Amino acid sequence: MTSKLTVRSFFVMALLGLLGLAFWALAANYTPDAELNRTAAYYAANTAEETGAQNIVSAIIVTYRGLDTLGEVTVLFLTAAIVALVLSQSKAPRGGSGSGFLPSGELLTTGTQMLVPIIMLFGAYVFVNGHLTPGGGFQGGAILASGILLLLLAEPSRRFGHALIGRIESLSGVVYVALGIAGIVFAGGFLDNRILGLGSFGSILSAGAIPLIYILIGLKVGAEFSSILESLEETEDA
Amino acid sequence: MTALAILAAAGFGLAILGAAFVALRTRSTPVAVLAAGLVSLFASVVFLILAAPDVAMTEAAIGSGLTTFLFFYVLGRIRRESANDQ
Amino acid sequence: MLSQIALATGFVLILMGLYGALTHHNILRMIVGFTLADTGVNLVLVAVGYMPGRTAPIMDSAVPVADASARIIDPVPQALVLTAIVIGLGVTALMLAYAYRLFRMRRSLDISKFTELKW
Repeated sequence: MTSKLTVRSFFVMALLGLLGLAFWALAANYTPDAELNRTAAYYAANTAEETGAQNIVSAIIVTYRGLDTLGEVTVLFLTAAIVALVLSQSKAPRGGSGSGFLPSGELLTTGTQMLVPIIMLFGAYVFVNGHLTPGGGFQGGAILASGILLLLLAEPSRRFGHALIGRIESLSGVVYVALGIAGIVFAGGFLDNRILGLGSFGSILSAGAIPLIYILIGLKVGAEFSSILESLEETEDA
Repeated sequence: MTALAILAAAGFGLAILGAAFVALRTRSTPVAVLAAGLVSLFASVVFLILAAPDVAMTEAAIGSGLTTFLFFYVLGRIRRESANDQ
Repeated sequence: MLSQIALATGFVLILMGLYGALTHHNILRMIVGFTLADTGVNLVLVAVGYMPGRTAPIMDSAVPVADASARIIDPVPQALVLTAIVIGLGVTALMLAYAYRLFRMRRSLDISKFTELKW
């Protein structure tokens, strides 16, 4: 047994050593670029004119690489579905409720009632302003999901509507794809944001469809994270 | 300003590595999970220093918030079921 | 200098995470190792996009549109890392769900108890 262990740790060390050598070779001679590369320079020069968004990262995620984002949201949806499937097949004998955390106290319940609306509002603020300030659908969705998490912590026995979360999720997905197709029909291509006017640069109602798409992404991501949290929290001996 | 940024980045980088060391070497799994969450939190500060506020927000909300809670939900279930076994 | 520090931290974090994933016997600890490596990869990618003396890719009053090309850092790695973090949570959730299933099957989290694919 001991010899087996040493052989294994020898292989692990050799692998990590080789990897470390490769990393060393990459890092040792690294000098940061002084100029933007061509892709980045294109985005820097044309984002304001083509999409009307202040935040270039948002413009890349929603417009230039919108199809990738659609795929990513789909991957996330599949993850949520698989987690629910894997966990729902393992029904345990009933008894107890929630995830085994202690029943919440007065402080947590009251604090939750006070904080959850503010957290939800902040999440909505983050994804509505995604084209102007740092933030956007993914961050806002995560903040929404942490509001749901707080609710789950405060009332472990409470059941949330899977139906409601599923409906929000699928509705925002359908509208997202419909906006993309509208981009083909009315503007330059799939998910082109110029189906709406670009508005004045820097105001909240600008950048065409970017705020709209980011709101949908935020709702969809928030619903998916909430459903992952919920299925890990409750499925089995609910 | 740059000297301060470099100093802060080096400090937080060391803090990341220290927390990662704790996450690997500690005996208790909850401590390891918390240390991994701490790594994410420090990493989000480093992202902010590297002029990536979008990434910093995402890492803080998702990497250190939701991931830690996913771990604790699974830990809680496993702990309760092993208690039921005995 | 800043990007070298972040690059080195990221690379060391990847190595530490892989070491944890390869040597631990507890499945949950292996998953912790994977999340560490995940954070390390994200740090490396963001560090590659950083350029000294420039600012975040957001065009507001501090960065006028006209000289954005000279003032901002590369936005593409940031967009990539943003999606990578979100997918990372999905991967972690999947790993945790399967770890829980394995625990239900064998009443143990020790990876050496799972010998079906061993020869």
